Amino acid sequence: MTLNVKERRNKTGTVLVATGEINSETSGSLLQALLPLVREGKPLKIDLTAVTYVSSAGLRTLLVVYREAQHAGVAVTLYGVSEEVRFVMSATGFLDFFETGEAVAAAAKAKAKAAR
Amino acid sequence: MSETRSEQVLRVDAYPTHEVGGYRVRAGKPFPFGANVVPGGVSFSVFSDQATSMTLVIFKRGEPEPMAELEFPEEFRTGSVFAMTVFGLDHENIEYGYRADGPFDPATGHRFDARQVLSDPYARLIAGRDVWGVEPDRSRGYQYRSRVCLQDFDWGDDTPLGIPAEDLVVYETHVRGFTRHPNSQVSAPGTFAGLREKIPYLKELGVNCIELLPVFEFDESDNPRSNPETGEHLFDYWGYNTVSFFAPKAGYAATGRYGMQGDEFRTLIKDLHAAGIEVILDVVFNHTAEGNEQGPTISFKGLDNATYYMLTPEGYYFNFSGTGNTVNCNHPVVRNYVLDCLRHWVADYHIDGFRFDLAAILGRALDGTPLPNPPLLELLAYDPVLRHTKLIAEAWDAGGLYEVGNFPAYGRWAEWNGKYRDTVRSFLKGDPGVTGELATRIAGSPDLYSTRGTAASVNFLTAHDGFTLADLVSYNDKHNEANGENNNDGANDNNSWNCGAEGPTDDPGINALRTRQMKNALAILFTSQGIPMLLAGDEVARTQQGNNNTYCQDNELSWFDWDQVDENAELLRFTREMIAFRKRHRELRSTAHPTGRVRDNLGLPDISWHGERAWQPDWSSESRLLAVARCGTGDDDVVYVAMNAHWESHDLELPALPGGRSWHLFADTGAEAPHDIRSPGAEQELDNAGKYLIGPRSVVILVGRTNDHDDFDTP
Repeated sequence: MTLNVKERRNKTGTVLVATGEINSETSGSLLQALLPLVREGKPLKIDLTAVTYVSSAGLRTLLVVYREAQHAGVAVTLYGVSEEVRFVMSATGFLDFFETGEAVAAAAKAKAKAAR
Repeated sequence: MSETRSEQVLRVDAYPTHEVGGYRVRAGKPFPFGANVVPGGVSFSVFSDQATSMTLVIFKRGEPEPMAELEFPEEFRTGSVFAMTVFGLDHENIEYGYRADGPFDPATGHRFDARQVLSDPYARLIAGRDVWGVEPDRSRGYQYRSRVCLQDFDWGDDTPLGIPAEDLVVYETHVRGFTRHPNSQVSAPGTFAGLREKIPYLKELGVNCIELLPVFEFDESDNPRSNPETGEHLFDYWGYNTVSFFAPKAGYAATGRYGMQGDEFRTLIKDLHAAGIEVILDVVFNHTAEGNEQGPTISFKGLDNATYYMLTPEGYYFNFSGTGNTVNCNHPVVRNYVLDCLRHWVADYHIDGFRFDLAAILGRALDGTPLPNPPLLELLAYDPVLRHTKLIAEAWDAGGLYEVGNFPAYGRWAEWNGKYRDTVRSFLKGDPGVTGELATRIAGSPDLYSTRGTAASVNFLTAHDGFTLADLVSYNDKHNEANGENNNDGANDNNSWNCGAEGPTDDPGINALRTRQMKNALAILFTSQGIPMLLAGDEVARTQQGNNNTYCQDNELSWFDWDQVDENAELLRFTREMIAFRKRHRELRSTAHPTGRVRDNLGLPDISWHGERAWQPDWSSESRLLAVARCGTGDDDVVYVAMNAHWESHDLELPALPGGRSWHLFADTGAEAPHDIRSPGAEQELDNAGKYLIGPRSVVILVGRTNDHDDFDTP
């Protein structure tokens, strides 16, 4: 199983769209794609909608990206985390480290509601 | 700076020097043992003293047949350690094991068999039992597959809590049983993740330490028995049959099928620590799942049988554990193995302490005789990594060695105090002649631990092994038929009393008495000096239907029934308030045994004994009433606990209090709820300051304090 990555840039930052599985075989290329984006210093979104499986090594790669981003002061958000991947990330504690798109959206909504 | 962080540092040892079986390899590092990811490859290291050759067997994950068999070149052996780095392996997608060749000569202790693939004793992950209860494919030659893993968990700022031993309130539970019940309402019942979701419950209860029944990988399907009534297969539910000592049980993880049990368990520990709760593991070093001559060969037996097991001069297995074999704990190699294992759990899992199953075996010499100065126990007591962990011994074994009070402690070891359990149980049921020993037990057993302090005594009335608290007051006899051993298993000396009917009853009088007896037990436990330990579910009257040995019952006999949290809210509230009370009264947690002397300016002794008349305890054999008052050690309060195991009520004369203090009622188990207990600090002042009528089979707790009391001591 391979992993395809595409990046999309807009005014607010960069979106990296991943497709496939993130495991020990594919996580190296993901890391190579993500690290330069982190170093650009702009907010980074990682779209996992088309990711079917994230292994232990894959989660570790995402955490390395998070730690790099934290070091560089860059916000990283995960999007489109499938139910199964979310469950694994939650049970193993990885989810605690990340901002996820859904949570960000919910917070924004709550904030908007409070402002009214 | 970040430009260089991800760059690989080039190292000389990142290059292969040899080729074996088509794989590029080089000599590995003998230490650390096990499989460790190194630049470009994986380093494998395994010990065997008598093996003539060693072969690393590598499988693609989940495949029945090996993808490679790599014999260690002779030059890769250092001493009796075989070490090799194999390059180009995808560490996440392989499983491995060893074939050790050497003599098969049981009379001299050797059982080498190169046909067997053996688990790595240092494997940090095991595959093969990934999901609890899934019937294994027994046609496979290699059942418990060693796996490689990274040890890079992100602990954030988690550190051991370092709660002083005397301040602990231990809660003994089973990872699966705690949330496996369908009504647990957690997302992954029966797992580490499920337990994590119940942390708020534990926090609210007030416990600050959980002690987990074995979590090292074991095989729940290795029990051959069935329930004689239902025909259902029985599991090895408790898990005191370790398969692999460095690996967390995959079947206890919702993510075991992904091989992420280590991360899931660490996340549980991290969150427990964040909630102020320590984690103690129940560890089993006295025997292994390999059993005796008839048992399976999994690891030690095939790698170095004569080193790892105590053997008779004829080469048979000594059996001080009652389960077939006995680990040769004081062999220099084995004691290092035990040390490495515990260091691993402390350093890599942030475990706070250990309870050692049948720990008396850890004090036996190579031939089984008890050692006066057991090197293993000393080693663990002084080890730098384990230095601040709690070490708790089950200070007896199945070979008849009973060392409660005499366990070689080196200033560090505490013990499950079996005598506390037996004495308080006996008192509760109303046995004559117990009052004197009861006093000794609740004062921290100075007869047993005079030089070690009260925290050497882990006080408990119930544990996984034996009746639950509800069953202790509901059954005179064990009812273990479901275990398939004709009720011959489990202990017979339970000191239990059914309060008038065997098992469940509609009799409101009996049920009220049972509830009172449970409260009496909890009141005594949490006001005794020493570390209290509560069995999970006792706070909500969990029953095992009279089964006092549910080692094989993976069902509602063993599981925590969360409906009982509401059904038995009265007992739960009582338990919570008792724990809170203990936390607020330092004199109950004093590490020093009380002396009976006046130790501060209150003018009262640190401990004093009373009966119906103040200052006049009745130590006669027919006495079933004892009251104790404690004061000093920094608190201004006096705590008075009257324990009446008599079937009649008694008028208590209360001791006079100094300095404007008056008696306030905290708990009276004879009173109807909600008047049975109050919140600490909200005790009600007694109308009649000098007297109190204690009901039959009741415990009364009073606090002597001033009315402007607001100075609490909460650890």
